[in-house]
Amino acid sequence: MISPIEIEARLERVLLRVQKPGRYVGGELNQIVKDWDAVETHVALAFPDIYDIGLPNLGLAIFYHMLNARRDVLAERAYVPWSDMEAQLREQHIPLYSLESKHALVDFDILGLSLPYESLYTNALNLLDLAEIPIFASERSRNHPLVIAGGHAAFNPEPMHAFFDAFVIGEGEDVFPEIVDCYQTWKRSAAPRTDLLRALARLHGVYVPSLYSVSYQPDGTIASISPNSADVPKTVEKRLVAKLPPPPTRFLVPNVDVVHNRIAIEIMRGCTRGCRFCHAGMITRPVRERPVAEVVDALEESLNHTGFEEIALLSLSSSDYTNIMDLVKGVSERFTGKHVTISLPSLRIESLSIDLLEGLKGARQGGFTLAPEAATERMRNIINKPISTQALMDVTRAIYERGWTTIKLYFMIGHPSETLEDVQAIADLCKAVLAAGRKVIGNRANLHAGVSTFVPKPHTPFQWVPCDSVEQIQAKQQLLRRNLNGPGMKYSWTSPQDTLLEAWLSRGDRRMADVIYSAWRNGAKFDAWQDQFRFPAWESAFAEHGLDPAFYTHRERFIDEIFPWEHISSGVKKSFMAQDYRWSLEGKTRPDCRQQCYACGILPTFAAIRRQNPGEGWKCPEVSQGRVRAVNLLQEA
Amino acid sequence: MQRLRITYTKTAALRYTSNLDIHRIWERSLRRARLSLAYSLGFHPQPKLIQACPLPLGLTSHAEMIDVWLETETTPAELSAALQPALPPGLELQAVEPVELLAPSLPKQVTSADYIATLLDPVDEALLAERVTALLAAAELRREYRGKNYDMRPLVEGLSLLPPDEQGRARLAMRLATRESATGRTDEVLSALGYDPYDVRVDRFKLILG
Repeated sequence: MISPIEIEARLERVLLRVQKPGRYVGGELNQIVKDWDAVETHVALAFPDIYDIGLPNLGLAIFYHMLNARRDVLAERAYVPWSDMEAQLREQHIPLYSLESKHALVDFDILGLSLPYESLYTNALNLLDLAEIPIFASERSRNHPLVIAGGHAAFNPEPMHAFFDAFVIGEGEDVFPEIVDCYQTWKRSAAPRTDLLRALARLHGVYVPSLYSVSYQPDGTIASISPNSADVPKTVEKRLVAKLPPPPTRFLVPNVDVVHNRIAIEIMRGCTRGCRFCHAGMITRPVRERPVAEVVDALEESLNHTGFEEIALLSLSSSDYTNIMDLVKGVSERFTGKHVTISLPSLRIESLSIDLLEGLKGARQGGFTLAPEAATERMRNIINKPISTQALMDVTRAIYERGWTTIKLYFMIGHPSETLEDVQAIADLCKAVLAAGRKVIGNRANLHAGVSTFVPKPHTPFQWVPCDSVEQIQAKQQLLRRNLNGPGMKYSWTSPQDTLLEAWLSRGDRRMADVIYSAWRNGAKFDAWQDQFRFPAWESAFAEHGLDPAFYTHRERFIDEIFPWEHISSGVKKSFMAQDYRWSLEGKTRPDCRQQCYACGILPTFAAIRRQNPGEGWKCPEVSQGRVRAVNLLQEA
Repeated sequence: MQRLRITYTKTAALRYTSNLDIHRIWERSLRRARLSLAYSLGFHPQPKLIQACPLPLGLTSHAEMIDVWLETETTPAELSAALQPALPPGLELQAVEPVELLAPSLPKQVTSADYIATLLDPVDEALLAERVTALLAAAELRREYRGKNYDMRPLVEGLSLLPPDEQGRARLAMRLATRESATGRTDEVLSALGYDPYDVRVDRFKLILG
């Protein structure tokens, strides 16, 4: 194997030949470098995009600090190189290496990849290839690293099943250390790799795809998914942490500019709103909040450790954080005058949101962002994001009145049952908002309409619905482009081809693995980058394997269809999602579940954990023995 | 208000960090040290920091300088004590000294810089010596850099062969002009001598103030 010293020597000759070489050398403040030989287990944490995108990833930051806190473990990082560096690595025979110690990734024990979204899949393959690790899990031997993945996209692991030894379903804080323990036990034995996989499959929240078989119906839908032996669970339930652990505060401070140069702190995980299109809102239940004091102290500590000038308070719906006003007050009292910008994303469309951003000094420098997602009340009821148009008009006018000059409104086209009238309504609404703004502040008023295209996601009430065809998307986008122009108006959209790719992969089955592999062989990588995305590589990959892309995108699923992710459970029951889907067709909304529990399935699934963690930390009701039974009965009814 | 001049080394991974990013690193280091960095007035306040002279990407340095302005009176010793633990790997303080508030700006004071270049691949020493002599003897050296034609010769104030390093690698000493309007580049000199600048390790070891 190639030594770190040799890798460094080769690197010195290539680094000045590529753009932004600071991406490839590590050495950042707060980097942790341990003595390789003094540590039993070596974990590489990798993000399948370039350093600039991967470094700020909060998930990897959490694991980096958590694993390095163990004396018997070291965790180092890797990202994929940009094309210029990739060419140099291949030409000079430099395998992909970790930034800390410059060990080749193939020399690590465990390689963990973050898979937050589908457009990283080809990069993940490229990363394995650059690391000189067999791309197919079935070709790895006892001496290769255990290759695992986790993240939101892993809730449908099937399209990537062939490339990973195991997936973590859900939150990794508790299960990652268990995987390490399991690995250590196996490594000390002389047992074959399959023994490790079997042991991993017994961990709660770990899915080992090679231990399951899938059969298909003649129409291409799934006939059955079953474990190959009795000691492998039929369904893999997601893992979650009962209480959010203390947040990382020693963030890596990059030596070169990256996409987010900031401290990111989760104030809350999960969401009670139940927007039907929202993948994150369904798979991250239940809501768990971090106390105000813990957030404020962690921010102070992070500022001292990093010197960053920006703070992001992250959650799926900031306005729903119970003590949001106290948090904003606490944060602004502590950090005013310290040249720190604080961002609070995901605000609800209500005047309180304006008070909140006003409370955070300096926030007015950017635009004010709101996400109505749809422009008619009918459509907003279908997606379960009910707000009246009047309220939206009132709030946006107030935003202009209170000093903001730019409002960003996010919408989606392609919601179920959407017509061209609903799309026209997006244009009309945007024009009305801008016109009202111009009455208030004249020509200084700007409106930015960001209109993406809806992609149905697994584990959501919309997992059954078809995705718009390219023709439908183009017709809708043309209508918007024609209408959303003129002074002060900016319109941005997602390319229909990007949408298709996301749609194929989101609800794909195991057969998609061949397509992904072929697309990568055809040159697909950096699919998330507009200028790098190679659609023809994907089209020919589908053709090569005799699969019809429309089967994955434009087909309405049977209500009782066995999904490719049927054996993966988010805790939210399929029957609950089916009911929610039916309600959406009737235009019936489901209120915020903080008011009342609708028995989505989380409580009975995680009743034991809830019982051990009573109180306000969770936004689900308390469970007693009796209550669990009641909830179960309710769900069976 | 207080103005202090810091002399520091820039090595390790920071060799691959550009000047603009180094500026940001200084700002963050001073914030971590909880020193009362002065900011410019206006809508987008900027920290008051001025570097002496940009160090091209890929070079290490043992002679970088930066002037910082602080809101509160701070002695050089206090600054050093607070700052050294807050610096990232690759930055190290060498000296801190007070500077008159109204003294000319650092970039205006720097006139030239000294470099040592280590050629990583074996070279014919006699040929190298010959090329150095020829370069120094030339009256004019027209070169093209980023689409601009210029005469490199007056920017080369000194160029000589040093004894090889402990691994036997050839070394050159250079003194190049670093005036605001006329700055010599080590990679240009190396190219003019017929060597690939990417196969050379260069360290700046002295800034000369006028």
